[in-house]
Amino acid sequence: MSAVESYAIKLTRNRMGLWLFIISDAFVFVGLFVARMVLLGDTRPELDQGLGLAVTIMLLVSSFFMNRAEVEMAHGNRPAFLRNTFITMALGVIFLLGVVGVEWQIAHFGPADGQQGAVFYAMTGFHAFHVLTGVIFLFIVWNNGRRGHYSAEKHWAVEACAIYWHFVDVVWMFFYVGLYLLGTPIV
Amino acid sequence: MRFFSTSFFRGLIAQAAGTVLGMGLVMALRVIFGLPLSSPVEADDAHIREVIVVGGVIVGAITFMIGAGVFTDWFKWARGEETSDDHTPDPSKPNWMRYFSVDFDHKVIGVQYGVTSLLLLLFGGIFAMLFRIELSGSGITFLNSEIFKVLLGYDGPHLYNTLMSLHGIVMIAGILLGVGAMSNYLVPMLIGANDMAFPRLNAFAFWINVPGAAILLSSLFFGGFDTGWVGYPPLSLRAPLGMQMFLIGVYLVGLSSIAGSINVIVTTLTMRAKGMSMFKMPIFCWAALATALLQFTATQLIGLSFQLVMLERLLGMTFFDSLKGGDPVLYQHLFWFYSHPAVYVFILPGLGVISELLPVFSRKPLYGTRWVALSSFGIAVVSFFVWAHHMFVSGMSPFLRIPFMYSTLLVAVPTGVKFFSWAATLWQGKIIFKTPMLFALGAVVIFLLGGVTGPPLATIATDLHLHDTWFVVGHFHDTMFGGFIFPFVAAIFYWFPKMTGRMYNEKQGKIQFWLMFIGFMLMSNLQLVLGLLGMRRRVVDFDAALGFDSMQLALTIGGFMVFFGMLLFAYNIIRSWTKGEVAEGNVWDSRSPEWQKPNPMPLHNYEHPFEVVGEPYDYGLPNSRYVNMNPAGESPAAH
Repeated sequence: MSAVESYAIKLTRNRMGLWLFIISDAFVFVGLFVARMVLLGDTRPELDQGLGLAVTIMLLVSSFFMNRAEVEMAHGNRPAFLRNTFITMALGVIFLLGVVGVEWQIAHFGPADGQQGAVFYAMTGFHAFHVLTGVIFLFIVWNNGRRGHYSAEKHWAVEACAIYWHFVDVVWMFFYVGLYLLGTPIV
Repeated sequence: MRFFSTSFFRGLIAQAAGTVLGMGLVMALRVIFGLPLSSPVEADDAHIREVIVVGGVIVGAITFMIGAGVFTDWFKWARGEETSDDHTPDPSKPNWMRYFSVDFDHKVIGVQYGVTSLLLLLFGGIFAMLFRIELSGSGITFLNSEIFKVLLGYDGPHLYNTLMSLHGIVMIAGILLGVGAMSNYLVPMLIGANDMAFPRLNAFAFWINVPGAAILLSSLFFGGFDTGWVGYPPLSLRAPLGMQMFLIGVYLVGLSSIAGSINVIVTTLTMRAKGMSMFKMPIFCWAALATALLQFTATQLIGLSFQLVMLERLLGMTFFDSLKGGDPVLYQHLFWFYSHPAVYVFILPGLGVISELLPVFSRKPLYGTRWVALSSFGIAVVSFFVWAHHMFVSGMSPFLRIPFMYSTLLVAVPTGVKFFSWAATLWQGKIIFKTPMLFALGAVVIFLLGGVTGPPLATIATDLHLHDTWFVVGHFHDTMFGGFIFPFVAAIFYWFPKMTGRMYNEKQGKIQFWLMFIGFMLMSNLQLVLGLLGMRRRVVDFDAALGFDSMQLALTIGGFMVFFGMLLFAYNIIRSWTKGEVAEGNVWDSRSPEWQKPNPMPLHNYEHPFEVVGEPYDYGLPNSRYVNMNPAGESPAAH
């Protein structure tokens, strides 16, 4: 079997494996969302709407740059790939700082304060953990790319990173609605 | 001493060091954030200890994996280094070392899974025997012995609760590992692949069980826990520190399930031999695929529910404590969303083994092969919609009961397909009563008992009476022994020559079968009867006036017969591994490709890929072939 053939076969398997992992991981978030609906129903925690919207936009925009990074790599344009990956990573870090560094500090309830505390910190915490792993993944990909590792033909790690990042982003779209928009705020 | 250089030993050392390190880390963090390290109030002090120990144990599990070398290749990838795909073992090291080291060969990993599984089943069995001694008569006697107080710091009813809970969960962990053993060892071999799709993930999936099992068992020494294996809050929020060990241990074993199942799915879907369409794939692989579909989705929910309980205990986040406005029924929904499909995870591979073995030993085609293949999927799909039948008395909305009753009864349809197929396969067959066949037949009988005792529990009216009685215990043991234990033993006997190149002891195997079959029948039927008479489960004692004493004593005797049967099994395989008769060639006259290769299986399964040219189970039909082992007409030495 030639090297190209063997790479193509591995790529098929890797893609399938990654998507299976993402479906599996999605069940955690569905479970958390169900817990939110059961515990809070048509109420929601009172949060800073401006901040919530700002971090959400950051994450959405980061997915755009992630996509650019992957496309540039597929076209063999390494400098553009590195630039876009770096921007994605930076936006991810800003999102983390916004949620964990600011929102967690200014919220007027702690994790132990009733159902809203439990639900808010669990949902943002589980998601932030995924963003953090995504940022680490981005850093690994950026670092290896910097050292000339990927090519237009072979860049599975970049593709995997992009799919994972989009997944984390999509999860937040639901969580943003669940935490910031749905129902009436608890005062 | 070469043992000290194995992954197993290095991992354990790293885990011990990591646990201490993790505890130090948590303490340092507490100091930095200005939190106290101890408290004059006993309850607060216990809580602080719990936070520190849990932090240590989690770090310890991670350092085990690093120390064992499971992550080594992945770290290399992260640094941008290439790793070799050639997994030929180092010839300078003795063969036994492979089984204690991180190895990527699916056959080695399968055996690692299997041996760990049997060890956990042994532990689960010992726990059961301990509380069976207590239950053989009314009054609390045995568990009040001084020795338990000295060893564990607790005794009596709390010890009973801990043993009963650990029996449940350790057996479940053992069964999950046994399922992993069968899928990892058999799937690549049956579909003509040389390894699993992701060998490193496969190694990860096995090794994470080792710290998982160690942590789970350590709960015995952390004050135990008294919730049963279900860990319902609010009781699990108030149980001793052992509860946390249970939650972490099960979480790690669950990770193994998820990683392993993704591997199984990709392997069966992309690595089948030429000519093997889905419907020419062996039934066991269908069962493994259906199992994996359940595992990789549902397992996340038990992981989530356990993490939420952990968070509630550690940080006071109120999800489930009804006193603070939480919802304990939410936990039950999340928990059973996994734990009901989980029982199909336990039984589907076993039922697959039965379907594999019956045609070989009755020399007849498997009846309705396609229907049997699809029935595994039928069971898997239905199993997602039945979870709340565990909760008929939980206080959930009563209108939910009816749909869950119907969906539960629907499980009987695909399961019935399997039974009709087995009966029709045996019908007029030339049955060969070798040990694996005896166990397969025993499994059919026992699983049938499990099947017919199901509907009384699925129907709401009868369940309200039977809920939490020993009838449930009897039903569950019927399904587990029929669906897992007996088929697992059958599979180990059947593929023993493939694994070791030697034959097991047939006579001991038959003694084991009759010991276990009669012992189990005694045990489980008495459980059913006692349950109908109103014996509550999960209680340490019963009123002598109920007149259960003699039945309980007989039940204990039955339990011990099963236990000794399994000990005999362990003796048989350990002895036959080195001293058994050499088994050459196609021992069972099977059509399956792995039996066309020498015993034990060569290192890289199939040097030359085979081609599937016919149906897998057409035993006894003249001129029918399943595989062409030599499609390219290469030198006959390839056989």
